Amino acid sequence: MVKASATVDIVQKKLVYLYMCSYAALKPDLALLAINTLHKDCADRNPMVRGLALRSMCSLRMPGITEYIQHPILMGLRDKAAYVRRVAVLGCAKMRNLQPDAEIVDAALVNELYGLLRDPDPVVMVNCLRALEEMLKQEGGVVINKPIAHHLLNRIKDLDPWGQSEVLTFLLRYTPRTEEELFDILNLLDDFLHSVHSGVLAATICLFLRLSSAHPAVQADVLERARGPLLSASTAQCRELRFAALCHVQQILRSLPSLFAEQYKKFFCSYSEPNYIKFRKMEILIELVNDNNVAVILEELRAYCTDISPELAQAAIFAIGRIGQNYSEKCMSILTSLLGLKQEHITSAVVQMFRDLVWLCPQCTDLVCQALVDCEDYILDSEGKQALIWLLGVYGDQIPNAPYVLEDIIDNLKTEATPLVKLELLTATMRLFLVRPAETQDMLGRLLHYCIEEESHMAVRDRSLFYYRLLQCGVDETRKVLGSIKSDPFLGGIVSQQQEPVNNWASDFNSLVPIYGKNQWEAIKSARGSMSLSTEEQEEVQPDLPGFEETEQEATTSSSKAVHFEPCLSTSPPISPLSFEQKWLTLQPCRQVVVSWEEGDCAPNILQDALSHSNICALAFSKPHTWPWKAYLYSHGMNTLILAELLLNSSTDSLQITVKQEKDNKEAVDSFICVLEKVIEMMKSSKT
Amino acid sequence: MILQVFLLSSKGDHLIYKDFRGETDASIINIFYEKVVALPGDQPPIVMYHDGLHLIHIRQGGLYFVATSKSNLSPFTVIEFLNRLAALIKDYCGALSEKTVRMNFALIYELLDEMMDYGYVQTTSTDILKNFIQTEAVTSKPFSLFDLSNVGLFGADTQQSKVAPSTAASRPMLTTRGDQGSKNEIFVDVIERLTVVIGSNGTLMKSDVQGEIRVKCFLPSCSEIRIGLNEEFSVGKSQLRGYGTAVRVDECRFNESVRLDEFENYRILKIHPSHGEQTVMQYQLYDELPLAPPFRLFPTLERDPTGRLLVYMKLRCDLPPKSSALNVSLNLPVPKGTLSMSQNLSSPDQSAELQQSSKSIQWDIVRFPGGSQLSAMFKLEVPGLSSASLLEVGPASLSFELPKHTCTGLQIRFLRLSISQPALPQRWVRYVTHSDSYTIRI
Repeated sequence: MVKASATVDIVQKKLVYLYMCSYAALKPDLALLAINTLHKDCADRNPMVRGLALRSMCSLRMPGITEYIQHPILMGLRDKAAYVRRVAVLGCAKMRNLQPDAEIVDAALVNELYGLLRDPDPVVMVNCLRALEEMLKQEGGVVINKPIAHHLLNRIKDLDPWGQSEVLTFLLRYTPRTEEELFDILNLLDDFLHSVHSGVLAATICLFLRLSSAHPAVQADVLERARGPLLSASTAQCRELRFAALCHVQQILRSLPSLFAEQYKKFFCSYSEPNYIKFRKMEILIELVNDNNVAVILEELRAYCTDISPELAQAAIFAIGRIGQNYSEKCMSILTSLLGLKQEHITSAVVQMFRDLVWLCPQCTDLVCQALVDCEDYILDSEGKQALIWLLGVYGDQIPNAPYVLEDIIDNLKTEATPLVKLELLTATMRLFLVRPAETQDMLGRLLHYCIEEESHMAVRDRSLFYYRLLQCGVDETRKVLGSIKSDPFLGGIVSQQQEPVNNWASDFNSLVPIYGKNQWEAIKSARGSMSLSTEEQEEVQPDLPGFEETEQEATTSSSKAVHFEPCLSTSPPISPLSFEQKWLTLQPCRQVVVSWEEGDCAPNILQDALSHSNICALAFSKPHTWPWKAYLYSHGMNTLILAELLLNSSTDSLQITVKQEKDNKEAVDSFICVLEKVIEMMKSSKT
Repeated sequence: MILQVFLLSSKGDHLIYKDFRGETDASIINIFYEKVVALPGDQPPIVMYHDGLHLIHIRQGGLYFVATSKSNLSPFTVIEFLNRLAALIKDYCGALSEKTVRMNFALIYELLDEMMDYGYVQTTSTDILKNFIQTEAVTSKPFSLFDLSNVGLFGADTQQSKVAPSTAASRPMLTTRGDQGSKNEIFVDVIERLTVVIGSNGTLMKSDVQGEIRVKCFLPSCSEIRIGLNEEFSVGKSQLRGYGTAVRVDECRFNESVRLDEFENYRILKIHPSHGEQTVMQYQLYDELPLAPPFRLFPTLERDPTGRLLVYMKLRCDLPPKSSALNVSLNLPVPKGTLSMSQNLSSPDQSAELQQSSKSIQWDIVRFPGGSQLSAMFKLEVPGLSSASLLEVGPASLSFELPKHTCTGLQIRFLRLSISQPALPQRWVRYVTHSDSYTIRI
């Protein structure tokens, strides 16, 4: 593979580099072999090859690569071709993230990047912002001061939509000094409110809302101007885009419910849309209702009630019910007519809406009581049953056949699975007993008996025992407990819908928050909060990789193969002398090398230093001047542990190296010996 | 920034996977697929969350395009990016399908490599990308940008209409392929999507048109082109031009590269088209169609003495007599208790069947000439038919395609290329109207 990268065919080169980038992390030693070719390509005449090589080199995600890419990146920043500069700028960010433990960001590099913000190529400029943002993460990201902000504003028209939306997001950090400046910015960027690209559109709206956070009138004006583009985004052909736009429209409606009131027809569902869009549109329609359009919207919603999808039909009925809180008469007539369909899911949803409506609009009670007759046969799900039983209990005196309906349910109690229905039934029967004792007494007795003697659910049993004891206290006591004053629904938060100030959500505009919905987002945030804590702890124990300046120089000057292997050795995890000894004794020697050694002895600390720079750990030495002198070394590399013994034999003037390893890996041994020989060579030369 | 981008087939096969930052692993692909398949129909599936990662996806051409991110980024940008990726694949590979993606995986990796670096969008313009990808196209890929015979015309629309667009058939076959001269073509498409709701009393309750002008350019060197629209074209309600039938739209947006200096007076758009497809102009018309809606339905529901439900439908096509609608398909929900259906259709080139899964009648008409009328009689066997069951019938929804027709009346007057090309390029102007949602209440 590495050899293949030396080809002149660009297509082949691209594929090879792509392959290497994907697998470099798994086989770092092999990828190192490619560095030479990449270096060569970085000096190619063709800017495309230069850029490609630089990008690939920066994308090799393996430890120790930084020393090799530093120089090419710096060269790349000054390259003639914009393409190479783009790559080089992002390369700075990649390099920075590869050595996260380096504490100080290279100030010269940062300055150079700030300088490149003035680059004639727009993509280089945006990439500079992105790179600086990542490199200066700890200091709070890139600083947007007045000159930079103005520079960005002047250049923004040259950018492509991606760059524009990103720059607009960066501009959020800038606060104009004067109002005049603020309005200049707004005027300058006004065209972007009509961008075809929804990303730019949303970013512009977000920026405008944030800039004018002190001027609510301007905010309303901005949203007014953005209405058309937002509407066309919410009718876009791409349904994913449509959904995202609808979520944002919904957010705007929380503050300005009248903004889209005229265009309510835009939010009618079309039959080819997936359900999730239809649901969202119905939610929006509820918000848009006013005196003028209520009839049309209700008519439209009514048409959805017979949809093939039961969920959608129910949602439409719930929507009508919600509108009914303000327009009860019209909604009641629609809901009652729906009962005529005699379909289970529809009847159930309608009855649930009845329950909510009589609670909020007591004036509908009579109509509800008339409508309830005969619908018990079509309610099978537990939510519908609960609603029906509740209604029968509370308005039992107005519904003639209430006791008989309840009796039916009580008789079939054994087949009822949901405890909530049983609880509801207990309360309702008790209430009915208070108003129509003669008809109810017998079945109440049966119900209580069953619930106390045979029921296994604790809450149901406790409730029935409670009612039983309550009845023992007498009817008047019971009436006091069950028929006491009800809470006023208008005190609760159900009806009151405060208009939210725009600034509450302006910072969440054009983000994932409106799409997830607030509650889910909070959940995600809290989950992530706990997670990021734990990752921070993990980061602290990352091993640091010592860089050795001498070898780095050699790496750039010499073309020796061995040097490239070096960084793949590592001294962690450390091995205790005891386990070293055990392993040494059990393993077989796999290689023996003899090097000449004329000088007398060597100072252990020098050797130790030199070795540790090469990521070889010297575990134990003999004392100086003892013969034969021995040293024991180890290192990890390429998934194997390599152990070595150095034996200095004064009689033959030679140093004998014995290597053993845990898992058979010839390459690892080769590279280890290469490195070791190099170190010894250096020791010798330093002595002379 | 985006961490990973991957493509999955509808069966969950991994087609393309590119990790831009190495911060996450590939196991997320399977997690994504499990999540997306397990979602109930009413859940918005576009953004999902797993273990610190946001998964944003779109579906196009039966494929999942997924991007992952850890940061709270703009959903619009990501969705636009994925859409753009899909469009580019379509441009370069000819069509968007599992097969083309599989065959061109190297090309797509190359595209991704140039489009995005370290999770940041670099460029998505075909013009710039061409310089980097062109080398690839030479190496006789089975599909390439210039291989015209594979170019889907309205590929983007296949999402909603499974039928092949009718205009595809009218495309000219290339006589010589691989020759530079013969690739000299430019297409200008006017595509409109029609949304109509007709009430049970026959009144038009809602009628919207979403239109766009798309340019698809295959010229070897793209010089400026001039597109002339109808002179009486006007935007907004106040502005009316000419005395004839004005062509009016409510809102109009242009691609940034369009120069509009002659638009105000002469209704001319000037543009330097880039290779491949791009949208030049988008426009909307709300609630005021200049012509009558293309279809009218006259239904009658009856209960016959034997307890069957009779549905008699007359469908009229109000297009001008010369034009005709293609692939018309009417869907009418019927009572849930319906067991079987017998039918009586007025002419042989229609077909109808009862779809048991959705309990609806599907009535297909391959070709429906303007000004004509078709009728159909369906007898439904519904046990326990009551008057309430009649309420379950409808609304009828139609899907169709109107070639050579625009509902707004927008026309391209002329299409001029400014400088003299070596060989005069072939210029094509095509019009089509699709039904986005055409609903008739009963």
